[in-house]
Amino acid sequence: MVLVEQSLNGLQFGLLLFLLAAGLTLVFGIMDFVNLAHGSLYMMGAYFAATFTAWTGSFILGVLLALGATLLLGIVLEFVALRHLYGRDHLDQVLATFGLILFFNDAVRLIWGPAGLALPLPAWLTVPVQIIPGVYYPAYRLSIIIVALAVAALLYVVVMRTRIGMLIRAGASNREMIGALGINIKLLFTLVFGLGAALAGLAGLMQAPILTVQIGMGENILILAFVIIVIGGIGSIRGAFLAAIFVGMIDTLGRAFLPDLLRTVLSSAAASTAAPALSSMLIYLLMAIVLVVRPEGLFPAAKR
Amino acid sequence: MKLQINTSNVVVALVAAGLVVLPLYSQLTGNIFILTLFTRIIIFALAAASLNLIMGYGGMMSFGHAAYLGIGGYAVGILAFEGIGSGFIQWPVALVASALYALVIGALSLRTRGVYFIMITLAFAQMAYYIASGMSRYGGDDGLTIYKRSNFGGLIDLSNRVQFYYLCLGCLFGGIYLIWRIINSRFGLVVQGIRSNEQRMQAIGYHANRYRLVCFVISGTICGLAGALLANNTDFISPAGMYWTRSGELMVMVVFGGMGSLFGPVIGTIFFLLLEELLSQFTEYWALIMGPLLLLIVLFARGGIMGLLGRFNRG
Repeated sequence: MVLVEQSLNGLQFGLLLFLLAAGLTLVFGIMDFVNLAHGSLYMMGAYFAATFTAWTGSFILGVLLALGATLLLGIVLEFVALRHLYGRDHLDQVLATFGLILFFNDAVRLIWGPAGLALPLPAWLTVPVQIIPGVYYPAYRLSIIIVALAVAALLYVVVMRTRIGMLIRAGASNREMIGALGINIKLLFTLVFGLGAALAGLAGLMQAPILTVQIGMGENILILAFVIIVIGGIGSIRGAFLAAIFVGMIDTLGRAFLPDLLRTVLSSAAASTAAPALSSMLIYLLMAIVLVVRPEGLFPAAKR
Repeated sequence: MKLQINTSNVVVALVAAGLVVLPLYSQLTGNIFILTLFTRIIIFALAAASLNLIMGYGGMMSFGHAAYLGIGGYAVGILAFEGIGSGFIQWPVALVASALYALVIGALSLRTRGVYFIMITLAFAQMAYYIASGMSRYGGDDGLTIYKRSNFGGLIDLSNRVQFYYLCLGCLFGGIYLIWRIINSRFGLVVQGIRSNEQRMQAIGYHANRYRLVCFVISGTICGLAGALLANNTDFISPAGMYWTRSGELMVMVVFGGMGSLFGPVIGTIFFLLLEELLSQFTEYWALIMGPLLLLIVLFARGGIMGLLGRFNRG
């Protein structure tokens, strides 16, 4: 029972991580751009959703508006600041987007105040659903899984089966070439960045009702997204997907079951001190192991 | 190395002299605030200088240097908490712990390059942060108050503001002298060679990663010393002090001052922390200005302050 529930929790967390990591790896793969402010877009998605839901009184409407707003914010951000950083050192990009994080955190504090917001769910999403006889699971978490899977499938179709996707893949393997072929590469970059922003926003607003909407909420999860990209292989969406599920599962199951597991070997007191530290270390240990075995990640994108 | 008289060297000499006479000014004017502020600045300058060793000269963009500040600090804090107050034990433990952490993290992270390296050092530092938060015996998230500063017998009294200031300044100058010796040694030249062309150095027969790793460990150890100083300065150590934004700030200090210039990180740290102090007196939302400013500096002022000063000489 608990195992099924926790596995679903892990899956749900992993899928959220995937939405974040997909945008990050897409932007990195195509534009060779490291965007630390990706976590800020995740945060903005959540704040937008909380605000718009309160304004409109409808969860669905609020979420749709928030998605649009995050997309727009991403495009503006790319247009105003980030496009000047393509082709610069990764260090420059890291520092500039670090500056953006500082900016966004304080901007949010100024506009929404230092206290967190809550994004209340409509009644129809709070009922537990019976998934297999005797096992109930919150409808909202279930809907996160469904939405994220649908978005992942859509992303796959767009990237693998459409003309835009073809250009995106071509851009990832050789930027100059598709520019020379007459493709408006600037527009493509802006589009991809907006898409990545919207994905991050989606992840943020879906996570919002489970946790609170607060400043800095995007930072810890951004680092997890980095871990996923390192494990999955930079620029690989498939790698990001598998690594995200893997990390989500290990993190959730580790936190749920490690204390009990440790208690069977250690004394109860020692276990309860060691377990929290150990379970938060698990994914980093996983990353270390992957690095030792395959430094380029489990599913590296084609070599450039 | 011949000393030249040019704008940047004059500025460096003036800043160094200013740092030396600062306690005198503070005594004369009774301005204690400036002394505590600059003690903090000097400690961070040491950390930034250690980061500059691997970033500027080694080409390793570590986004996890705050971890060493935490490790050095926790070594002092934990030993003090367990009743071992002697600095002769605390400080070597701080250095050795930082060096060991750097050895393990470095050996793993150096299997990768570029962005990967940035992400991985960041992730491992975050792991260290979580471990510190999980140490419930030592305060966990809330941190640990250090009731007694490190005790160095009758040698030096760390509770005396001026003595502590000069200790920090001595550590900073010592650290910079050490880094200067390193980068001009055979070892340092090899490391810089690897930064410019790894393949070629490998082909001449240098084991690139071993040199990198040693450099990485030296940098981490120096930063661990800064951590021990910082813990003594604040009389407090908490996981928040090793949060990843701290690592980012250290990188900013290095880049503000001028990466790969010996004294640049000191200038950059003074600039960054004074600006932060100034802005936060002016508005609570200082990062609202600092963030975009950082973006602008990255976009338009490459080479940092030392780079700008260098331009005067040529132009």
